Amino acid sequence: MKNRFAHFWRSVKLPLLAFTLAILSGGLLIAFSDPKVIALWKSPGKLLSEGFLVAIKAYEALFQGSIFDMNLTHKRFINGFYPLSETFTVAAPLILTALSVTLAFRAGLFNIGAQGQFIFGAIGASYVGFHFSLPPVIHILAAIAFALVLSGLWGGLVGLLKARTGAHEVIVTIMLNYVASYFLLWLLSTTTFLRKGRQDPIAPEVQENAQLPRLAGDSFRVNFAIIIALLVAWGIAVLLKRTTWGFQFRAVGANTLAAKTAGMSVPFVMTSVMVICGALAGLGGAVQILGSEHALTAGAAGSFGFDAITVALLGRAQPVGTVLAAILFAALRAGGLTMQANTTTPIDIVLVIQALVVLFIAAPTLVRAVFRLKNVKTTSDMTAKGWNG
Amino acid sequence: MNLTPIQLRRRRGVFSMAILSLASLIGFGFLQKNTAPVTFRFVLEKEWVAIHEWTLDSRSGSYGFSAAALLISLWAFFQFRRDKKVHVQSALGGFSLLMAFMCWAASGKMIPFTGLLQGALLLSVPLIFGSMAGVLCERSGVINIAIEGQLLASAFAAGVVASLTKNTTWGLLVAPLAGALISLILATFAIKFSIDQVILGFVINVLVIGMTNFLYKKLLIPYQNTWNSGPILKPIEIPLLSKIPVLGPIFFSQTIIVYLMYAIVLAIHFSLFKTKWGLRTRAIGEHPTAADSVGISVNSLRFKNVIIAGLVAGIGGAYFTVGAVGAFGKEMTAGKGFIALAALIFGRWSPLGAVMAALLFGFADNLQGILSITGTPIPSEFMLMAPYIATIIAVTGFVGRVRAPAADGIPYSRESSH
Repeated sequence: MKNRFAHFWRSVKLPLLAFTLAILSGGLLIAFSDPKVIALWKSPGKLLSEGFLVAIKAYEALFQGSIFDMNLTHKRFINGFYPLSETFTVAAPLILTALSVTLAFRAGLFNIGAQGQFIFGAIGASYVGFHFSLPPVIHILAAIAFALVLSGLWGGLVGLLKARTGAHEVIVTIMLNYVASYFLLWLLSTTTFLRKGRQDPIAPEVQENAQLPRLAGDSFRVNFAIIIALLVAWGIAVLLKRTTWGFQFRAVGANTLAAKTAGMSVPFVMTSVMVICGALAGLGGAVQILGSEHALTAGAAGSFGFDAITVALLGRAQPVGTVLAAILFAALRAGGLTMQANTTTPIDIVLVIQALVVLFIAAPTLVRAVFRLKNVKTTSDMTAKGWNG
Repeated sequence: MNLTPIQLRRRRGVFSMAILSLASLIGFGFLQKNTAPVTFRFVLEKEWVAIHEWTLDSRSGSYGFSAAALLISLWAFFQFRRDKKVHVQSALGGFSLLMAFMCWAASGKMIPFTGLLQGALLLSVPLIFGSMAGVLCERSGVINIAIEGQLLASAFAAGVVASLTKNTTWGLLVAPLAGALISLILATFAIKFSIDQVILGFVINVLVIGMTNFLYKKLLIPYQNTWNSGPILKPIEIPLLSKIPVLGPIFFSQTIIVYLMYAIVLAIHFSLFKTKWGLRTRAIGEHPTAADSVGISVNSLRFKNVIIAGLVAGIGGAYFTVGAVGAFGKEMTAGKGFIALAALIFGRWSPLGAVMAALLFGFADNLQGILSITGTPIPSEFMLMAPYIATIIAVTGFVGRVRAPAADGIPYSRESSH
């Protein structure tokens, strides 16, 4: 038991330290970009104390916006947890999209295309959601199924091209993301998708039967999506650890040549991995539409596909790690909005923190030097491969 | 008859050109019902001899240019049989096909031809700088998908510094330094810590987008007058050259950034293929072990080249602010860094190829802009997709597979060399 704990501690130590370091650096940026603080440059003592206050205030607002807000409790105490509900609302699609990136990493592929796959999932779910009238439950299942088919095909295309022609998945997915965004823009200008009487790109709202039920009453947005996300995460963990298929994915990821020699069909594995990855990100898009947005817009995908990559990297390409990292980043997102509204700190500090966390994790030497540590487990999931690899 | 890979590629190119020409003949000519005239305007008021307008019937135009493309394909085929290069034929054929397309798409409308090309060149400027940064990095074996970040950071730096000093020169001088700073992060983490360069580039982009958005909202919007109202570079007309009809105003009545671009492209092309530095750079990108065995210090040359790439990308970044609109805008590079990456790949990792691809992408972008105002048979979103789809086709090898430098993206150390 003690051994397992020590093992666990060793694997989370580096991400935790990297996160702390990133939060500290973000604090410095918040403090020293504030005009009130800069104005005090003549007296260093005041400068530091004012800077400290500004940063603490910003992070306090971040906490209020992501976990618990005392100001909301005057009617009902439970309302104070509204921010937490927001965090889990954002976390659901993020977990699913990040699992797509995680799974691809395990098979030795870098799926930058989660954004495009997310878009196709959102398109599929939205179309079935507003265009058909079906009984409760069945409507949701049909919408999700169509989303999975579209996004699975979109993702599978990448795997197929890689397996058949050797085209690098990073190049193909970067390009396909743009194709998907423009396709969405065009779609929202067609008569099928454009909501009647609207000029701006927005589709009709999905019907009530297709909306995912809310979990904690109508005043909280948190919905069934988070349960789907956690179940799928568990499923991916089982797939990777306990099934032949998952073993093949990992084998191809670890050493393509050895996997081939062992008799596995590398083209089949690559294509099927990318179909599943596409479907995972697409499921993220589907629950975003069916769970919280209810209508497809040009910006429906936000930056989920890109946040997913930093999440997967922070989660060290492990399903459990990915879930935890997604909840953490979702909290930053949700809190960032409150921070931007209540203090003068823009939400974009969240992007800076995300990027710094991943950079620090990627360079353990740096973190070790800062905290004067000796044995931190170093990563092996970020070793480099070339364009031709 | 056994064909070499180059001959195979050429044959595939010739055949695809012939097929495209036929498709254009049928699609734009035969199936075209519209015969309204299309007008090309050539005048920009600065030339010696103004060629004014050229109006032709839309369907005959499409027929004519498609037929010309078909004849050129035939010519290219004979060149191929005689085992000669088909560059000239490809360029002419591509031009004819574009003209056929324009005759079809702009039926009943006017196309400002000189303006179209001038706009295309301007839209290509950041793409060309970005792809040159890519050439410098990737030819020496370091993947650079942080071009977007380099452009954005330097656009920001140039805009802010020019605004604070009210002087474009300072902005132009600081921009390359900002680009080089991003390169420094890329080089340090990629070469010193051997981190996956694709992941690294991605994270750098996120970092730069986050930083610039943050500072934009925190400082540039509230204190716009001091922080974000920079002056703009003025175009310099080159005597005589700027008076050449059609070409003069396009190429020789531009800002210093564009003239720097001509110089840098030529310098990179020449040095990469004709100097000792170029030979070494290509060696460490293709086979670092061999390069090391003859005494080339692989990692320090890589480091140096990545930094130079940052300087080059930085000038391209300055174009967005001091070169064009003055003020910095949130995420104003809008994915141009990724189109630059596409141009680099589409141009087969060669400087001139990348420039051609960048010009083509810039042209497509501008044509799309003009046609979306006048209205077209194709939705503008599909024209915007064109560069990305072209790049996917290029990497999948349907028309002739492109290959990256062999050691691109693989960190080098003596212990793990193979």
